[in-house]
Amino acid sequence: MLLSPNVVEIILLSLKVTTTAVLAGALAGIPLGALLGLYSFPGKRLIVALVFTCMGLPPVLIGVVIYLMLSRSGPLGSMELLFTPQAMILAQFLLVTPIIIGLTMTAVQAKDRSYRETAKSLGASRPQMIWTIIKEARRGIWSGIAAAYGRAIAEVGAVMLVGGNIEHHTRVMTTAIILETRMGHFTEGLQLGLVLLLVSFAFNSVLMLGMMEQLRAYRR
Amino acid sequence: MTGLRIHHLLVSAGNREILRIEQAAFATGRIHAVVGPSGAGKSTLLRAINLLERPVTGHLYFWEHELSLAAHSAAQALAIQRQMVLVAQQPVMFQATVFDNVALGLRYRKIDKQTIAAKVTRALERVELASIAKQQATTLSGGEAQRVALARAIVLEPRLLLLDEPTASLDPYNVTIIEQVIRSLNREQGTTVIMVTHNLAQARRLADACLFLHKGQLVEMSDADTFFRSPRSAELQDFLSGRMIC
Repeated sequence: MLLSPNVVEIILLSLKVTTTAVLAGALAGIPLGALLGLYSFPGKRLIVALVFTCMGLPPVLIGVVIYLMLSRSGPLGSMELLFTPQAMILAQFLLVTPIIIGLTMTAVQAKDRSYRETAKSLGASRPQMIWTIIKEARRGIWSGIAAAYGRAIAEVGAVMLVGGNIEHHTRVMTTAIILETRMGHFTEGLQLGLVLLLVSFAFNSVLMLGMMEQLRAYRR
Repeated sequence: MTGLRIHHLLVSAGNREILRIEQAAFATGRIHAVVGPSGAGKSTLLRAINLLERPVTGHLYFWEHELSLAAHSAAQALAIQRQMVLVAQQPVMFQATVFDNVALGLRYRKIDKQTIAAKVTRALERVELASIAKQQATTLSGGEAQRVALARAIVLEPRLLLLDEPTASLDPYNVTIIEQVIRSLNREQGTTVIMVTHNLAQARRLADACLFLHKGQLVEMSDADTFFRSPRSAELQDFLSGRMIC
C-alpha cells in the first residue's frame, strides 16, 4: 500500500493542486498584503477585518460556495470545472490567499517606517520601495506561505465537495484517507496519513531551506 | 550662488506647530550646520527638505527645480529626491551584505553592475570599510553602520547631503573618519551639506554657515565666523554659552 503506484499518483496530484494554489495565492496575496501594510486609505480597516475573518474561513463553506458557482445551474457552470483538479485549485486558492495577505501585511507592518524612508531617501520609486520592504519582510512572508501550504495540503472539506474524490482524476491524500476510513481500512488510512505528514514535513523543510539559503545569498 | 531655498515652510502635527521658516537659503557647495536645543525642529527641517514630511505649506527651490512641499506628484518628488540623500542618526541597515546596502541606491537608478562594483568599492574605501564588504550589514557596530550609511549616501554623488547628527554617540576614531569624508566630499565634489549637530565644536570645525533653530523657528542664520563670534539674538547667545533655554 505504502507508495504503490496508486498512492504515488495521489501524492503527486495533492502536491500539484496545493503547490499551484499556493503559488497563485502568493502572487496575488503578497502584493496585496504589502499594499495593506504600507498604505492607509479609506475602507482599509474594513478590508483588514475581512481578510482576518477569511483567514479562519471554514474550508467546507468555501467548498459549498464554489460548488454552487461551478454546478450546472451556477453562474460559472458553463466552464464545466466541477469535479476537476482546477476546481480544487480554485478552492485552495481562496483558502490560502487571505492567510498570505494577512501574514504579509503583518510582516510588512513590523518593519519600522524608517525602512521605507531610507529606501525613499536613497531614491527608490514607489514600486522599488514596496519591493525593498517585501524583501526585508521576507522571513514573515515565508512563514505565511508555509502556514498556507500546511493548511491547504491538509484540507479535506472543500476538495471533497468540488473535486468529488474521483479515482485517477481528483483523489488527493486527504480525500483518500476519508475513503479508506469509511471502508474500514484503518491501517491504509493511517498509512496515507503518515505519508501526508511526511510530504508536508519534506515540503516545509524545503521551504525553510530555501529561505535560509536566500538569507545567506541575498542580493538586493 | 544660492542653490537651495525654502519659502513659507510650516510643519505641524495636529494643532501643534513644529516648524515655521519664512525663508532660508543654502549656498551651493557649502557646509551648513543646523544647531539648536532638542525639539527645535532640526530633524524636521531635514525631513521636509528630503520630502519625507508633508508640510502644511512650503515651497522648495532645488537648483533648477521648484516644488510645492505641500502638494507634489510622486514623479516630481523622485526627480528631486534622486539628487539628495539623508543619513539618519540611527541608520537602517537592510538584511544584506555591506556591499549590497551601499549598492542599493545605485540599483534603484539602474546603473550597470560593473559601474556599481567600482563605485561601491571606492565608497567603502573612503570610509575605510572595504574589508567588510561581504559582511552582513545587520551585524555591524554603531560606528560601522554610520560609516556604511555615509558610504551608501556618497556613492550616489548627491548634489545635497543631509546629515542628521551623523556622529552622535560615536567614538573619536569614527567621528574623525566621518568628518574627513564630509569635508573631502564637499571640497572635491562641491557637494552642498546640511548637517544637524548637537556638537558645537563639530559645527565650528566643519561648517561654513550655521542656522540656529529654537522652538520651531529659524532664529539666526549666518556664516560660521559671525555665528559663533557675534551672535545677534539673545537666544543664540544663551545657547552658545551653555545656558539652558526654556
